[in-house]
Amino acid sequence: MTAVLTVRDLSVRIAGLHILQGVSFDVAPTGVTVLLGRNGVGKTTTLRAILGLTPRGGEVRGEIRMAEQRLTERPTHRLVRDGLGYVPEDRCVFAGLTVAENLRLAERRGVKPAYDRVYELFPELLRRGRQRAGSLSGGQQQMLAIGRVLLSDNRLLLIDEPTKGLAPKVVTEVAEVLERVAVTVPVLLVEQNLAVVRRLASDAVVLAAGRVAWSGDAARLLGEPELTRSLLGVGSHTREVSA
Amino acid sequence: MSTIVLLTLTGLGLAALYFLVASGLSLVFGLADVLNFAHGLFLSVGAYGTWWAAQHLPGAGATGFGFVLAVAFGVVAGAVVAALVELVMIRPLYSRTIEQVLVTVGLSLAGVALLQATWGADPRPFPRPAWTQRVTDVLGAKVPNSGLLLIVAAAAVLAAILLFLRYTRYGLVIRAGVENREMVTALGIDVRKAFTLVFAIGGAAAALAGALGGVYFGSVSPGQGGSLLIFAFIVVVIGGMGSVVGSAYAAVAVGLLQQFVNYYGTSGAGDVCVVALLAIVLLLRPQGIAGKAATA
Repeated sequence: MTAVLTVRDLSVRIAGLHILQGVSFDVAPTGVTVLLGRNGVGKTTTLRAILGLTPRGGEVRGEIRMAEQRLTERPTHRLVRDGLGYVPEDRCVFAGLTVAENLRLAERRGVKPAYDRVYELFPELLRRGRQRAGSLSGGQQQMLAIGRVLLSDNRLLLIDEPTKGLAPKVVTEVAEVLERVAVTVPVLLVEQNLAVVRRLASDAVVLAAGRVAWSGDAARLLGEPELTRSLLGVGSHTREVSA
Repeated sequence: MSTIVLLTLTGLGLAALYFLVASGLSLVFGLADVLNFAHGLFLSVGAYGTWWAAQHLPGAGATGFGFVLAVAFGVVAGAVVAALVELVMIRPLYSRTIEQVLVTVGLSLAGVALLQATWGADPRPFPRPAWTQRVTDVLGAKVPNSGLLLIVAAAAVLAAILLFLRYTRYGLVIRAGVENREMVTALGIDVRKAFTLVFAIGGAAAALAGALGGVYFGSVSPGQGGSLLIFAFIVVVIGGMGSVVGSAYAAVAVGLLQQFVNYYGTSGAGDVCVVALLAIVLLLRPQGIAGKAATA
């Protein structure tokens, strides 16, 4: 199957630090490809480089393609309009805006917003439309962050640690939603919770020291405790929250 | 009693002038992180544009509808110059703070020099409708109409900006951009268009301050923009970067403080008190009265 996204020899240098050093991997056209690795190996940097969000002064080299299109030559807002949805680490909802305003902001020009889909997945957002996003709980903010990208159809979703800091019950809810979403759109997911990874991921890419240390079938990675331990520094049954 | 009323209303008139300059500065800094030292130039463009139009633009003049037309010309000129400055000089320099400061300081100096070279350094009498030179009796105080005009104009501009921020798509983009510009881009929005728009709005408000300031002071001179800009910066810092409502509160505080201290103390002591107020706010609440939020 042709990959929906190909990353070749991606190097990112920020403030003198060589964070990514020739990363190459493919994202499958269906299901969830998970990006794993210990803290600080460059998972978030990879997602941000794909989206063109490397800070000014940072240096990005290599090639990133979605279908036949080179992403590195295009501004971020155009990539998003072309169907690259992004759910950032720590949600980044607009705290001073209401829930409804956060969603309205995410409407894309010329695209009918799919409020039915969003409210069907997250009925809470409909009830809390007039509430300021900054006063929502962490779980509700995560729902809003995911809801924003689901207002439009996407060709690929980049989702960064969606269960970080959430209560176990909410982690399960978020995992359920992502499982449903991944049926219709491929996802490149950064996630630390191995229970969530086990539930969602079909493919895995493991980063270590700014390079790809392993890539392949996610079930195989998590099925071999020694391999998991050596790559991620944890057993496949530790550091998990129920999903 | 009449003295208190007079000082209050003239202080509010001064506050209105500061607010008109500061509101644009505050939005520009809050959204685009640009410290625009050339903002005073937009005020001068508004003042000289109005002054020029009243004499040369067909239909414009110093009275009635002709005066409204002259002010409208000055305001549009200020907005256009501000948008051009953003597009041509600021846009290539986003996230390069030092270069931005150098360019905007240079532009403000060049603007003053250009005005001096064209129309001379001396103050020019400003075209004013006769009613703006009269006074109105308010609770026994004889208040200059030009001051009341400034207060009404500033209140209208404040309401218009708040309605714009609250009820329009671009207003929503600006409010979100003040919080997290990068995330706005990551939602598929070209935030640079909002930068240009905010510059144009700020330029128009400053140009209006220039035109009505000309009426208030009775003259226009090349250095007027720069001297008002200093107090506008103080208002922005006290009010909180990015907050229009904060700027309004801060402008009122600065205007009243200046007016009362200058009257009851020695002349010039008001300016010192304003700087003292700035220092106190920076020590106790460095983010300003309203922090960084494009309040609507």
